[in-house]
Amino acid sequence: MLHFLLRRGLATAPVLLIVAVIVFLLLRMTPGDPAAAIAGDAASAQDIARIRAQLGLDASIVTQFVHWLGQVLRGDLGYSFFYRMRVTDLIGQRLEPTLSVAAVTVVLTVLIAVPLGVLAASRRGGRLDRFIMGASVLGFSVPVFVAGYVMIWLFSMQLGWLPSQGYQRIGDGVGPWLRHLALPCVTLAVMYAALIARVTRAAVSEALTEDYVRTARAKGIAEWRMLLRHALANAAVPIATVIGLSVAGLIGGVVVTETIYAIPGLGQLTVDAVLSRDYPLIQAITLFFSLVYVVVNLLVDLSYLLLDPRIRY
Amino acid sequence: MTSISLRDDAPASAAVPPAAPRAPARSLLRRLLANGGVRIGGVLLAAMLLLAVAAPWLGTIDPNAMDPANSHLPPGARAEFTTLAGDSFDRFFPLGTDSMGRDLWSRTAYGARISLSVGVAVALGSVAFGLVVGMVAGYFRRLDGVIMRVMDGMMAIPGILFAIVLVAVWRPSLLTVILAIVVPETPRVARLVRSVVLSVREEPYVEAAVALDTPTWKLMLRHILPNTVAPLIVQGTFICAAAMLVEAVMSFLGIGLPSEVPTWGNIMSEGRTHFTSHPSTVLLPGLFLALTVLAVNMLGDGLRDALDPKFKARGG
Repeated sequence: MLHFLLRRGLATAPVLLIVAVIVFLLLRMTPGDPAAAIAGDAASAQDIARIRAQLGLDASIVTQFVHWLGQVLRGDLGYSFFYRMRVTDLIGQRLEPTLSVAAVTVVLTVLIAVPLGVLAASRRGGRLDRFIMGASVLGFSVPVFVAGYVMIWLFSMQLGWLPSQGYQRIGDGVGPWLRHLALPCVTLAVMYAALIARVTRAAVSEALTEDYVRTARAKGIAEWRMLLRHALANAAVPIATVIGLSVAGLIGGVVVTETIYAIPGLGQLTVDAVLSRDYPLIQAITLFFSLVYVVVNLLVDLSYLLLDPRIRY
Repeated sequence: MTSISLRDDAPASAAVPPAAPRAPARSLLRRLLANGGVRIGGVLLAAMLLLAVAAPWLGTIDPNAMDPANSHLPPGARAEFTTLAGDSFDRFFPLGTDSMGRDLWSRTAYGARISLSVGVAVALGSVAFGLVVGMVAGYFRRLDGVIMRVMDGMMAIPGILFAIVLVAVWRPSLLTVILAIVVPETPRVARLVRSVVLSVREEPYVEAAVALDTPTWKLMLRHILPNTVAPLIVQGTFICAAAMLVEAVMSFLGIGLPSEVPTWGNIMSEGRTHFTSHPSTVLLPGLFLALTVLAVNMLGDGLRDALDPKFKARGG
């Protein structure tokens, strides 16, 4: 187990290194001189030259990369051009809303999608199955921002049930926190539920063709019990895998959702950073999200141990 | 949008059809048309294509012509439209106008051009790049490790974020938007192609060709490439749908094509500020986008069922 952790952890190192190279090169590819960008419009040629030297921009690109990577590894991701503060502090400030949106969305998605997928698999080929699958194609075809505005229009403007803008800290009470998260999270969950319901249906359908299911049926086990204990339990690994992989899409979705619902999280910070061409911030956010994606998928790999006792690392 | 990196990695596609026996074209078409999703998706998509191609003849005016006196007309309104040049004419506005008095029907029709061309161009581009990378990685085993690690690294950066950052770096234009979406999609195609190549290269007919001293390029073109066609058509369709979503998201966030270009995302982005008073400015172009993406996804589902019978048998 420890051995596996170590090996799997080490295997992610080259992936993260490549991510770092890509992110570093992205900044290099920007048109114009970063030193001039930092110095601002009123800077003299001497100012720019001084900043160039300060940033080490006159060294070779490999030296620059090694230097930058060293800083990143020490947790120093530089200063935001726009906010004039450490980007790590900025990211820290914006973490809570984004984590809240992501966590509630994942929980909601699993609660909706897994039962629907199991239901569809158990009625495979039937009317209910076709309805659920049809709805799922619809679900992941509707763009997040379209779904978002339909929700605002319906639940906020027409019915007046839920707030459509802003975020409340969880520290100020769970009730208001959930009320503000309801619309953004349902919006995001529509798409993920569609995807995960499909995968659940496929995995459970496959498990249902196995011999142990026939044996269980022959023993006269209740159908729901068979579905949960035998079919779903054996379908858990592919479902967990997709949940892990879909985190990448979730991050993209969060960027859009936070913009629609005016949630001051990392997604909105990303859009602001891109619009103001705040390159150190863009770099840091990209690195951060990639790290999250890699770590989540590492955890998913570990969850196989819990989900499937046949798997031993 | 978000759906960009989802389905292609799902376990369903983990098992690539190894060299499905080639069905005669006609029976394939029949199988496709037997699928209700393909028929509905096909008709919808054909309608959108018609809208895009025939935009100038569908009762549209210049999508950027504005008349501030006619701002925020409701759908179905009729008004006297005066262009900035001073020309004046009576006009029916099927979808109403936006805050600058631009005709939303014209903008939406021209927007179909952008969405569809981005979708198709990204699908072709990422399939082409992914095909080359995947074939090289799958066939030249020495390069495999390096190439696939780079691909893994690219895939670890969430797709939409990657595309947004690339556009920010390159400055938005139609070409950069397309390229920015192609880059994150390419590794997924490469991975798929590589897995096909790896399974095919052990087949007896490839070994026979190697034994006969067939040149490598010929081997790749004649014996390996045809096996990638079916999975790539399916994958390409889903990429097309995902690309249209990403483009719309970028426009919507104000990061994509310049705001005067009539894209569905831009129309919605413009309507966003007036959403509470004029929801149709956002919802109507959104409906067009959703229907187009839905059509392409339905087509993709049908193609997968028809081209990969094993997928259906597996319970997909």
